[in-house]
Amino acid sequence: MSHHYTSPIREPLIEGNKTYHDITDDIAKATEGSIKPMWLIALLVCATIGLWGILNILYTIWYGIGVWGLNKTVGWAWDITNFVWWIGIGHAGTLISAILLLFRQRWRTGVNRAAEAMTIFAVMCAAIYPGIHMGRIWLAFFIFPYPNSRGPLWVNFNSPLLWDVFAISTYFTVSLLFWYTGLLPDFATIRDRARGFRRKIYNVLAFGWTGTAKQWERFESLSLVLAGLATPLVLSVHTIVSFDFATSVIPGWHTTIFPPYFVAGAIFSGFAMVLTLMLITRKLLNLEEYITIGHIESMNKVITLTGSIVGVAYITELFIAWYSGAIYEQYAFENRIFGDYWWAYASMMTCNVISPQLFWVRKLRRSVAFTFFLSIVINIGMWFERFVIIVTSLHEDYVPSSWTYYSPTWVEVSIFVGTMGIFMTLFLLFARFFPVIAIAEVKSILKVGGDQYIAEYARQDKAEGHGWVDGSYGAAAAGNLASPKSPRDAEHDKH
Amino acid sequence: MYNYLVGIYGDDDDLIQAVRKVKAAGLEIHDCITPFPVHGLEKAMELKETRLHTAGFFYGATGTMFALGCMTWIQTSSWPLNVGGKPNFSLLSFIPITFELTVLFAAVGMTVTYYLRNRLSIFNHDEVLDVRLTDHKFAMIFDMAKYDSQEDINRIKRVLESTKVEEINVREMKHKVYSAEEQS
Repeated sequence: MSHHYTSPIREPLIEGNKTYHDITDDIAKATEGSIKPMWLIALLVCATIGLWGILNILYTIWYGIGVWGLNKTVGWAWDITNFVWWIGIGHAGTLISAILLLFRQRWRTGVNRAAEAMTIFAVMCAAIYPGIHMGRIWLAFFIFPYPNSRGPLWVNFNSPLLWDVFAISTYFTVSLLFWYTGLLPDFATIRDRARGFRRKIYNVLAFGWTGTAKQWERFESLSLVLAGLATPLVLSVHTIVSFDFATSVIPGWHTTIFPPYFVAGAIFSGFAMVLTLMLITRKLLNLEEYITIGHIESMNKVITLTGSIVGVAYITELFIAWYSGAIYEQYAFENRIFGDYWWAYASMMTCNVISPQLFWVRKLRRSVAFTFFLSIVINIGMWFERFVIIVTSLHEDYVPSSWTYYSPTWVEVSIFVGTMGIFMTLFLLFARFFPVIAIAEVKSILKVGGDQYIAEYARQDKAEGHGWVDGSYGAAAAGNLASPKSPRDAEHDKH
Repeated sequence: MYNYLVGIYGDDDDLIQAVRKVKAAGLEIHDCITPFPVHGLEKAMELKETRLHTAGFFYGATGTMFALGCMTWIQTSSWPLNVGGKPNFSLLSFIPITFELTVLFAAVGMTVTYYLRNRLSIFNHDEVLDVRLTDHKFAMIFDMAKYDSQEDINRIKRVLESTKVEEINVREMKHKVYSAEEQS
């Protein structure tokens, strides 16, 4: 134990005096045993909603995008709003697994697996929108540059829309590889607890993982380099998404702060979605000792930071519109605040700028119920942000005679609700058959993040006459855990 | 049939100390199996450092050159388009796609290499040395084809018993367990 040490003022990352075996049991248990009726009902409901969405997508493809509420003036609306919303949600997964890995934030191990799954499912939902908005989806492969018999006629490499094709497809591929490679050891853990056919299935999923020294050494190397690659990648993805707007000459879109503003907004909304999902998951799968209040607080701090960046960006936009002296730019923002869509702007400001500031209160950011409520509020707010940027910049354009009001049709609403159904269906399947917490990674931080160890460090510090801070987590834990057990002692007790 | 002598440990630090001791005694460790990455184990086992990240650099560089080369050829030679008199070759607007393809090539290349070098495949057998090794136990393995005499085995057992070993088992496997050497 000599080379491990955690300051006793650190909050434990794993509570409940866990041994390595307990960690396996607690997390693998969720994938074992008979299927719960609650889960099945939830799956059926979500799958039905998802199916309804797919039917509406097929309806759109059959009749063309005329079935949507788009018109000559507003050519982009719910589809791109939903696309950006879903892509943004995905960003939290990569932030947690890649950026926090580089920053050596150990709390990531409790939530990274589920957050990465969320990323992949969100990107899948997002990719639907540009696909169906193209109109002729059967020609969607035209977006990829490949030698063809039409000239060859190539795609326009100077277009941000094409950059998006590359960014999103790279992002999806890299996220999937990173996520799946991390899953191999945990699938092997489930395999080694299973028998018969189930064992065979999980062996296939685990690619016959054994866990030799060489495999782990390469695993560490691969994780680190993929994290290093995914970090600039995730920032580039939303930067390029923002280029879709920023490189145009539409007042309200033509803004240089879009890239950082979009990236912050993406992380902001993504963390809100991670919290929405994880607060339910930790409750239903009894994982409160692995996704602790400390984890929730850390995520809420990220929300406060990114929410504040978003707030500053909104105000900067307003200031620059006024300061630029460009009347079209000024009108775009006046129209946002006081125009026909004032309610969307007001919702966005309330949900995104005011609400995250409540997390400065420690009691609120450590409250599960309040966090859950606010995570929903932020998800709504960030949807409105994209709606405001897209629709209110378009609906009153340069020619007053073409000014119009856009509202979605039931087909667009159904497709949006449908993607939520698809997303939740995938997440429910994930939560049942996949280990929702990275078992191996949590084990690797047990000796620095386990409450029994932190209590022990506090006790040692006190014995050596330094570092004892009354009221610190370690001191409190040392008081509570009268006789802390090392994992090995606990193991011996069992036999 | 392959025979292995397996020393089982209950703690990662105990395993590392044991590896050092066994190495000092001049015994050849076939491999170690752990449920999670144990830092310092590869150093204690004196494994060669992985070159995966170096490979990653070359994959990435391939992506960079591929993207830049393709876009330059397409826009200047294959089908040059005059868009408002703007230059056909514009490094600035090639940067996003060049970056994305660099990342894509590096990530895909490294991951494929990782699966191949680690012999990971969906067709792999599911025979394992000990099912607890993906859970809470740590193993040090000796190849009994190399240490086949009773004298050797007793020597290994003596060294292992001087460490915090919990069990010493002899395991007969249908499939070969590749050594750390063979995997490097």
